Amino acid sequence: MEVGMLPISASKRGKLLAAGYTTLHSISRASPSHLATDIGVSEDEACEILKYASQTSSMDPSIESSNASTLHGGQTAWTMLNEEKFATRITTSCGDIDNILGGGITCKEVTELGGVPGIGKTQIGIQLAVNVQIPPEYGGLGGKAIYIDTEGSFMVERVLQIAEACIEDMSEYSHHFHNNVQDCEVKLHPNSILENIFYFRVCSYTEQIALVNYLDKFIEEHKDVKIIILDSVTFHFRQDFDDMALRTRLLSEMALKLMKLARKFCLAVVLLNQVTTKYIEGSYQLTLALGDSWSHSCTNRIVLFWNGDERHAYIDKSPSLKSASAVYSVTTRGIRNSNSSCKRIKMV
Amino acid sequence: MANKLIKQMALPNSIANIFTARNIITAKDALSLTEFELMELLDVGMAEVKSAMAHISEVVCPPCQTALLLMEQRVRNETSAGHLPTRLRGLDEALCGGIPFGVVTELVGPAGIGKTQFCLKLSLLASLPENCGGLDGRVIYIDVESKFSSRRLIEIGIESFPEIFLKKGMAQEMAGRIVILRPTSLSEFTESLHHVQVSLLQKQVKLLVIDSMAALVLGEHDCGASRQQALGWHVSFIKSLAEFSRIPIVVTNQVRSQIGDEPLTYSFQARSHSIKKEDPAAYDSHLVAALGVNWAHAVTIRLVLEARSGQRFMKLAKSPISPPLAFPFNITSSGLVLLDDDGIEMKGSEINTIHCQGQNALFNSEW
Repeated sequence: MEVGMLPISASKRGKLLAAGYTTLHSISRASPSHLATDIGVSEDEACEILKYASQTSSMDPSIESSNASTLHGGQTAWTMLNEEKFATRITTSCGDIDNILGGGITCKEVTELGGVPGIGKTQIGIQLAVNVQIPPEYGGLGGKAIYIDTEGSFMVERVLQIAEACIEDMSEYSHHFHNNVQDCEVKLHPNSILENIFYFRVCSYTEQIALVNYLDKFIEEHKDVKIIILDSVTFHFRQDFDDMALRTRLLSEMALKLMKLARKFCLAVVLLNQVTTKYIEGSYQLTLALGDSWSHSCTNRIVLFWNGDERHAYIDKSPSLKSASAVYSVTTRGIRNSNSSCKRIKMV
Repeated sequence: MANKLIKQMALPNSIANIFTARNIITAKDALSLTEFELMELLDVGMAEVKSAMAHISEVVCPPCQTALLLMEQRVRNETSAGHLPTRLRGLDEALCGGIPFGVVTELVGPAGIGKTQFCLKLSLLASLPENCGGLDGRVIYIDVESKFSSRRLIEIGIESFPEIFLKKGMAQEMAGRIVILRPTSLSEFTESLHHVQVSLLQKQVKLLVIDSMAALVLGEHDCGASRQQALGWHVSFIKSLAEFSRIPIVVTNQVRSQIGDEPLTYSFQARSHSIKKEDPAAYDSHLVAALGVNWAHAVTIRLVLEARSGQRFMKLAKSPISPPLAFPFNITSSGLVLLDDDGIEMKGSEINTIHCQGQNALFNSEW
């Protein structure tokens, strides 16, 4: 029933139904005082119900709103095209992956990255947390990062390595393109990169859900956060969950909230996922964890896998990107394009 | 954090009473329901539910730190910026100092390769005083398969640090800092873990070694959901122990043979046709780590010990801070010794495979 869609308490809903208001249309045609006397609530509460009813009905496509030129909350595809063309992207430092992603990880969208242990998910997460801070002069966003760690795999030494390599790359870039030696001095210091990564350590799924709820307020206070990395979204939901249906509901609610955050604050949300084995078509296959219902929750899904000796990134699901795969490698400097020749890396 | 009581969260009384009336006592109860379900259950409007949940979430939410703060804390408060040096130069360099604090490091390999030997050496190193590069603390060694040998421990000590161990009474003091627990079942192990948690806060424990995790879990349940669940709980608990007490935890794991020759692939990958069925040597080399992929995700650092053509290798199969390196090693009277500190970089997924070839040749080596 349409009345069931209203975000009001169960008792008020019951009163509406008892008084004969079964559709939103019927509610919106009543006046506040009339509604108040009919169902036995105060006028203020009746006004609130009417407000919800008109909001909900304007989003319902089955109701013709002939007088509304734009539906409440809607955008035309044309305005969205301009937005999509100029959407900001965060580079992954690997040119090949950036190419298949159309430039990098897109802001305003939720991207899921999954793979076997040791493939480099945390590495990509840390690389993105550093790359989001690249100043606009070098083609980046100059933003801050939120890193939510559920597994304890965030190692500060590695962040320092990647940050230093990023600054070195930026200096090299400016040496090529800027004549003025003064400009070449990159004003970033590795410590300031570390300072702009907000780190949360989550120890249970309750804390994970609480944190996602709290992020709205946190980002209001820190408006320059441009990426949220959740490493990994799976860990706490894999153990001690007897009720799978509850798990699905909680996960989808969490995904919706993250999507809302991405759109509201124009930031990128990157979720890292683990793998599990599944029996499909007569054999065991690898698939990303958390089940089939979760696979619908994210906008983009990238699978990281081994192909022979190389690490590949494959776009498994995306509304706008072609299914393609790219080769990348994890080096001491972070994520980079893979070289065909094998080099011995010496630890300095 | 999750078990915080709602009535202690300074919510407005009206809504707090409704929560209690509906038997939602802890934050976990509240956060385990979606907002819509809460609205139904508590019989209040969506706006009120949202604001109550925002308040509860803020209270339960973990504190925020910047990465810089983390690094500074570790450099300031912990030995070697949060690492236990292993005295194996190549490994220590690759791991930015040694076995890191606060995370679980796994040693996996076939039987007899040297996992317990390495654990003995690490226990010794942790008990040494700080001026000798140790952590100057106690060690808890959970020995499931009764492999701990005190005699061997003292031998390693005398060979590696003669200046300390030959001094009168030092051997006794060092060995006295290592506590060995021998649980015989998973439930006893669980109980020991709870005791460990208490003593971590009281008695200056600086290292926890579990040798081996696989023996505990595999011996207990039949395979399937109940084993995964039991393991899952233990994984979370051990990880949280490591985190909160900021100590290194070393766990050993066994190997098992892999079913089938082909590695698992995703549905979008084309099946490879190059199956090495004709190669007889391939039959004994398909070993994988036990305990499953879930466990593999949960450990932070995985050291694979294997034998290939009579030479033992220690491979850094999973590590967030190092490239995939393999170090050849031998076992001597002073424990493990690396033959090459630079390591050989392994390409591809070869770093994850475990070999056990030429095992017989190992018995001809020094120790």
